[in-house]
Amino acid sequence: MVKRFLSVIAATLGLWAVPFAAVQAGEVNVAVAANFTAPMRKIAPMFEADTGHKAVLSFGSTGKFYAQIQNGAPFDVLLSADDTTPAKLEQEGQGGGKDRRYTYAIGTLVLWSKQPGLVDAQGEVLKTGQFDKIALADPRLAPYGAAAVEALTALGLLDTLKPKFVQGENIGQTHQFVATGNAALGFVALSQVWVPDEQGGKLKEGSVWRVPAKLHQPIRQDLILLKKGQDNAAAVALLKYLKGEKARAVIQSFGYGLE
Amino acid sequence: MVFSADDWQAIRLTLELAALTTLLLLIIATPLAWWLARSPSRWRAPVSALVTLPLVLPPTVLGFYLLVLMGPNGWLGQLTQALGWGLLSFSFTGLLIGSVFFSLPFAVQPLQHAFESLGARPLEVAATLRARPLDAFFTVALPQAKGGVLTAAILSFAHTVGEFGVVLMIGGNIPGQTRVVSTQIYGHVEAMAYTQAHWLAGGMVLFSFAVLLVLAGLRRGRDRVMP
Repeated sequence: MVKRFLSVIAATLGLWAVPFAAVQAGEVNVAVAANFTAPMRKIAPMFEADTGHKAVLSFGSTGKFYAQIQNGAPFDVLLSADDTTPAKLEQEGQGGGKDRRYTYAIGTLVLWSKQPGLVDAQGEVLKTGQFDKIALADPRLAPYGAAAVEALTALGLLDTLKPKFVQGENIGQTHQFVATGNAALGFVALSQVWVPDEQGGKLKEGSVWRVPAKLHQPIRQDLILLKKGQDNAAAVALLKYLKGEKARAVIQSFGYGLE
Repeated sequence: MVFSADDWQAIRLTLELAALTTLLLLIIATPLAWWLARSPSRWRAPVSALVTLPLVLPPTVLGFYLLVLMGPNGWLGQLTQALGWGLLSFSFTGLLIGSVFFSLPFAVQPLQHAFESLGARPLEVAATLRARPLDAFFTVALPQAKGGVLTAAILSFAHTVGEFGVVLMIGGNIPGQTRVVSTQIYGHVEAMAYTQAHWLAGGMVLFSFAVLLVLAGLRRGRDRVMP
């Protein structure tokens, strides 16, 4: 009886020891821009396996994260959808030290439809205008939306297409508008419609046009180490890990560019 | 100028949406509440649960299903397309349909309570005086349930003004068509335009407070009449 009791205690202590060890190995709270969800879900377990540190991920829009960080949200690192928000945070004294902010990915804008064959390889469909609605992220809120407007301006199509605009508050919602067919086509991030594989990946479904990068400013996605994470070894390790070969390969496989 | 032209447009649209939603809801909810208050049918419980559902569901659930339903593969979308109306998503009509669903319990419940508290007696008396059911409803039941009707109207209106999730999901943020005050505030906050957000959000707080104050006043007035 006593023996059994002791073994229960030992087992309980054993259960405690595991998370305790994990805490010692370190934990980093990461705020991740919605468009980087898929690659980060893949990178986090690799990071954990390689370094022993655990990355706790929150996904959302950059604007919301900004407001939350200003009001004391417990994030160590922000993977932003743009480069202005991290710069702004640093200016406001929310950064975690010098050289702790860099471009981790460059976004690829695509015009996507769920219907196969609707979007052609040259994006000519925009000129024919034979669709009811075109979805894009609110250009004021999302860099992908701003890039879409720049591209349409460069093509001289902004004014003709504007009446057909429907705007999501971020590209996650924009994708939803197109995926449910309520908008025939829309501007989203390549990472949202791309499945990586050994052959370089393929389109999940529908049809797509990669908007040429020269039609808009590069969508630089910067990360920043925040004040709360400056002494967190796991946070510093994550910054280093995202610059490493393994993480870079994953980021590229989802269709992002790199510096 | 505190509000921009965009803000004013959103305010105007919100008031239009809330007014039309309230009107539609009073037309739809009154017979529904009457039936729920009186019917001996075994369907009463499931229908009542269905009507109350928007009260507990997150607006994103409602919005998401509406988006799927109104889309080209949803039955509602197929119906409206067959009728030549196109898709309802991203339109004022779509928002109106969403709002009616969303605010339904806020109209039905006060009405139902009012009808229930009437009891059977006034209508029985009316019947003995040879009033036909419809006649009795309009001349006896409805005037007596006046407080419930007013509460239903005020709550529907206020709740639609405050609606956010559904509009965000099916609206598409089109100025003058689907961009309402709540989504405008959200946009301001996301764009870090906090001053503009404060004006609109503060206005919303004052408005909601005023509505609840009016409701409380109504309730007290009624209590005085029937102690």
